[in-house]
Amino acid sequence: MRILVTVKFVPDLQSQRSFTEGAVTRTGDDGTMNELDENAVEAALQLKEAAGEGEVYALTVGGDDAVAAVRKALQLGVDHAVHVSDAAVAGSDVFGTAKVIAAAVEKINDEAPLDLVITGMAALDGLTSMLPTALAAELDWAQLTLASGLTVDGSTATIVRHLPDAHETVSASLPAVVSVTDEANKPRYPNFKLIMAARSKPVTTWTLADLGIAPESVGAGAARTVVVDASPRPPKEDRTVVTDTGEGGVALADFLIERGLA
Amino acid sequence: MSTVAVLVEAREGVVTQPTFEALTLARTLGTPVAVWIGEEPAAAEAASLGVYGAEEVRVVAVGDEARLPAKAAAALADATGDAAVVLMISNFVNKEVATRLALATGAGVVVDAAGAELVDGHVETMQTVFAATWNVRTRIATDKAIVGIRPNTTQAVPAETPGAAIVVGVAENLPEARETVVALEPVPAPEGVPLAEAPVVVSGGRGTNGDYTLVRELAELLGGAVGASRDATDEGWISHEHMVGQTGTTVTPALYVACGISGAVHHRGGMQASGTIVAVNIDPDAPIFEIADFGVVGDLGDVIPQAIARIKEVRGA
Ligand SMILES: Cc1cc2nc3c(=O)[nH]c(=O)nc-3n(C[C@H](O)[C@H](O)[C@H](O)COP(=O)(O)OP(=O)(O)OC[C@H]3O[C@@H](n4cnc5c(N)ncnc54)[C@H](O)[C@@H]3O)c2cc1C
Repeated sequence: MRILVTVKFVPDLQSQRSFTEGAVTRTGDDGTMNELDENAVEAALQLKEAAGEGEVYALTVGGDDAVAAVRKALQLGVDHAVHVSDAAVAGSDVFGTAKVIAAAVEKINDEAPLDLVITGMAALDGLTSMLPTALAAELDWAQLTLASGLTVDGSTATIVRHLPDAHETVSASLPAVVSVTDEANKPRYPNFKLIMAARSKPVTTWTLADLGIAPESVGAGAARTVVVDASPRPPKEDRTVVTDTGEGGVALADFLIERGLA
Repeated sequence: MSTVAVLVEAREGVVTQPTFEALTLARTLGTPVAVWIGEEPAAAEAASLGVYGAEEVRVVAVGDEARLPAKAAAALADATGDAAVVLMISNFVNKEVATRLALATGAGVVVDAAGAELVDGHVETMQTVFAATWNVRTRIATDKAIVGIRPNTTQAVPAETPGAAIVVGVAENLPEARETVVALEPVPAPEGVPLAEAPVVVSGGRGTNGDYTLVRELAELLGGAVGASRDATDEGWISHEHMVGQTGTTVTPALYVACGISGAVHHRGGMQASGTIVAVNIDPDAPIFEIADFGVVGDLGDVIPQAIARIKEVRGA
């Protein structure tokens, strides 16, 4: 079983951050691997362990600090780490990012075929959930998204997908792109041994040239959408917190009535 | 004026409120047409789309065949070749449909939008990001724009002059998909208003200790839906469909009441853009109070029944 997991470096949601010229400004110490990608890594490791053989790659696209995301994946136990880093990637929209990831997947696939690409269900910073679909379309592989359960039997992958109107069971032939939800499994914690081992594991770094991608076909210039303004939501004014000393419920009700909400 | 296509959402054949919201928004962007993918619509349902301005109802009669996003996107592409803007309700499935449609047409796409307007001939959208702590405005630079709009962000208003709602059949030629739906287990429709559409949401978390009686009673009294935190759904106290948050349902009701919910960032990200936020929590340091317009530090077992009694009393007076 050969599996590639995509992981994203995201700002720590609890920390302060800012936008400059439409892009997120981050500092190196306040980011980590997108939490929901831990479920993707876990799904890949479980499949490999169940198969008793195989290799798991973690891949990230991003600037220098993004290497933290694949390092985290190494600590969790993946075998190989790939970091695609190129100044021309900055400002890519989801289609540009999918193109870059697809090229990297194909490069690895050419060495020896991959069975699956597994992603998280969303990145907690932007949350659009569009990448897995864009990647499947770019690769022309099957798309098995929002899996809360995943099984692989021979050359067929099957997922369970909980939608508001129905629970679907969907199958496809490998290779496939699978996105897993946070219900799919319980991610493991890195243990001391793996943390130490991860330190000496190499990270392969590729540029767009290594992937045969023309710089102008990705990045901000090729993006179909442009952030024209970004600002922190103003803090709410007139906030009130009362302590219940026997009349708290009345105070709550009166507040709702006063605002025309009850 | 250019054509603005709205992908209709119907539940058991009945057009949903967010569809009317999307049509209302579509009227500000051009000439609305509705796209209906599925079973043939009943005449009254097609007519209801005209009330909100749809000039045409384009029907791709494929039954349940278009469940897979790749197929739904192909059907939508066939029906919207002339549209400058394609609007749909932002949910997990439609985000996938939007992505495929964008790849098929070269359109730019924004999902989770809270609004959209035309600026210098381009569609610009408004969204919140980073657990709803930032406002972002995005311009769609391409000629064709696809926008996923969140329920409850535009008020549905009937058109001054109704649209003609002429029903037009669109030839169906769904592509083969690489995926097969091998089993389908319908989820019963929620009682009352669905969570994402509800004007009021009353949510209970770990602090309910598994007893949702008070939360349900308050929700019913306020005409709202019942929500929950992840801890509550993980405990099995209430079904997963009720989960509010970044990995559950994102809600933007006029009123959100959090009962016994600490206000973890994952939860806040799914409700922080609500109009008015009220919290009841026994812990004065609970982070939910940082975003609450009105908070009561107290036991929900005392506070909620008293609030219910007071509202009933004032209403009765
Ligand atoms: C990747 C990931 C995604 C997640 N996605 C989501 C998501 O989408 N939605 C979500 O909700 N969570 C999500 N979570 C979980 C989230 O981090 C929190 O663990 C969860 O929201 C906490 O639920 P809670 O507030 O009910 O419980 P707690 O944090 O335990 O809070 C319970 C609160 O109840 C109060 N309380 C106790 N007794 C009473 C009483 N008698 N009266 C009044 N107050 C009382 C306590 O003071 C406390 O503040 C996610 C976590 C991860 C890792």
